[in-house]
Amino acid sequence: MTESRKVLELKDIYAGYGDTDVLHGINMHVCEDEVVVVIGPNGAGKSTAVKAVLGLLNIRRGDVVLNQETITDTPPESVINRRVSYVPQTHNVFVSLTVQENLEMGAWTYRDDMETRIDRMYEMFPDLAAKRRQAAGSLSGGQRQMVAMAKALMVEPKVLLLDEPTAGLSPLYRSNIFAAVQTIKDSGVPVLMVEQNAKQALGVADRAYVLVDGANRHTGTGQELREDKEVARMFLGARD
Amino acid sequence: MWDAFGFEFVNFYLIPGIVLGCIYALGAIGITLTFGILRFANFAHGEVMMSSAYLTYTFMALASGLGFSIVPLVAAIPAAVLTIGLALLIDHFFYRPFRRSETIIIVMASFGMMLMVRALVPVIWGPNQITFVRGITPMKPYLDGMLLVQDKQWLIVIGTVVVMTLFSLLMNYTRIGKAMRAVSDSPDLARVTGINVETVIRATWIIGGFCAAVAGVFLAMNTQQLSVTMGFRMLLPMFAAAILGGIGRPVGAIVGGMVIGLAEELIAYPWQGAVMHLVWWFSELINATGMAEWAKALHKDLRGTPLLSPGYKAGVAFGIMVIMLIVRPAGLFKGRVF
Repeated sequence: MTESRKVLELKDIYAGYGDTDVLHGINMHVCEDEVVVVIGPNGAGKSTAVKAVLGLLNIRRGDVVLNQETITDTPPESVINRRVSYVPQTHNVFVSLTVQENLEMGAWTYRDDMETRIDRMYEMFPDLAAKRRQAAGSLSGGQRQMVAMAKALMVEPKVLLLDEPTAGLSPLYRSNIFAAVQTIKDSGVPVLMVEQNAKQALGVADRAYVLVDGANRHTGTGQELREDKEVARMFLGARD
Repeated sequence: MWDAFGFEFVNFYLIPGIVLGCIYALGAIGITLTFGILRFANFAHGEVMMSSAYLTYTFMALASGLGFSIVPLVAAIPAAVLTIGLALLIDHFFYRPFRRSETIIIVMASFGMMLMVRALVPVIWGPNQITFVRGITPMKPYLDGMLLVQDKQWLIVIGTVVVMTLFSLLMNYTRIGKAMRAVSDSPDLARVTGINVETVIRATWIIGGFCAAVAGVFLAMNTQQLSVTMGFRMLLPMFAAAILGGIGRPVGAIVGGMVIGLAEELIAYPWQGAVMHLVWWFSELINATGMAEWAKALHKDLRGTPLLSPGYKAGVAFGIMVIMLIVRPAGLFKGRVF
């Protein structure tokens, strides 16, 4: 298999909150046209890794590289301006704004041809088209997650970072979200997704990382990790 | 019937209440915007209002010194520009350094700012009360004399409706207005969405400063006086309006302002006398002569007695604010609860 170009790379990252490191030298990368999933137990540093990319915490050692440019410790505004889009786990939509207004806000840094891009989002997420005038706060959890993803896609991002997009959702909505992730990938946007629902997440992953205690434990394709006995035992509910 | 209550109630209580409500509503918009977007209670807001009134007076005096006279609304234009500049300067030098600090620190900074501006005004304009506009504004009759309205009252109400309409259009149909609502919802999400939060904060001061400037000029036009405590006296009713409507909800601030303004004026209405007049009228209608006589006598005794002395006006605003904080802290329009 020919490896495509790396869009985002985390090299030997040591980072955390205050003086305490949560990440102890993690390495990962995302290539063009792929979905990369990060799984691991609670407190493994999955969300922290995403926040390190965004410059939301101090990186003590290591580098974050975006399209061959080192962006370590770049302020979040500058990272976002480089078209790195991020969907937080919770509070990821502007609740008092309508769906349409949320999408408009998503295009704050990149306004060219906004209407066309909004129409494209409604094609990608047809459920939202009918609710475009509805306040995002009045939508169900799954629909809000769709709005959050559509908002993040408005800048035609170079990479999309998703932090546990299926947390707290019903099985039906979870499947919808994973289907949406696949659609996003097919539209040419690489995705780095932190997930707790390991089994389904690995199903859509081109590659995946397993983090334990802030360090890489396993790496491989989604298929390889699904078949890995230790991963299966630890995260997929398989028995020895 | 109209002679007894309608005329007195509408012309001397309801209309002044609406006018006062307009002024409170304009002032409360700035307070609720600051609260919603910057997450702090800006105690200096009343002083910004006061500054605008004093600046308007200065421009009127300057024009008069140059041999021509200008109406307050014209003098208010450069005054509003300077007031917005003052609001931006205060933010830049006194609030911005504390943006990431605990809320109490920035609240204290605003309290200090309030004292500083209030101390500065007597230095520039003197400590005594100033007459903003001389003479008595006549009440003009409308609807065959049933309605008496002063020109300045029309001006304040129409001016407020215009400002509110523009404000509503700005918040709902412009990019910056939508961004202000987005930052009010979640500053952290706005930041990671790429919205320039500092630009939004500047817009907040410009819009809040403009509304405060208009409110200050309208207040001076209404009372025809300027004093160093005029801003401070407005602070409590404006906060009450913002809390009543729901913190961070501009529509709530408008409704809250009207309710507080009307409540303050209407508590001074002789409601007991009005009720007795109704009883008297109804008794005569059903030929209950004894009851009619009794109600007539009571009506005569009570018709000049206000329900509450006008001295308790501030108490009404405070009472409404405390009741709302206890019963429905999110306000009428589900604002933010801290």
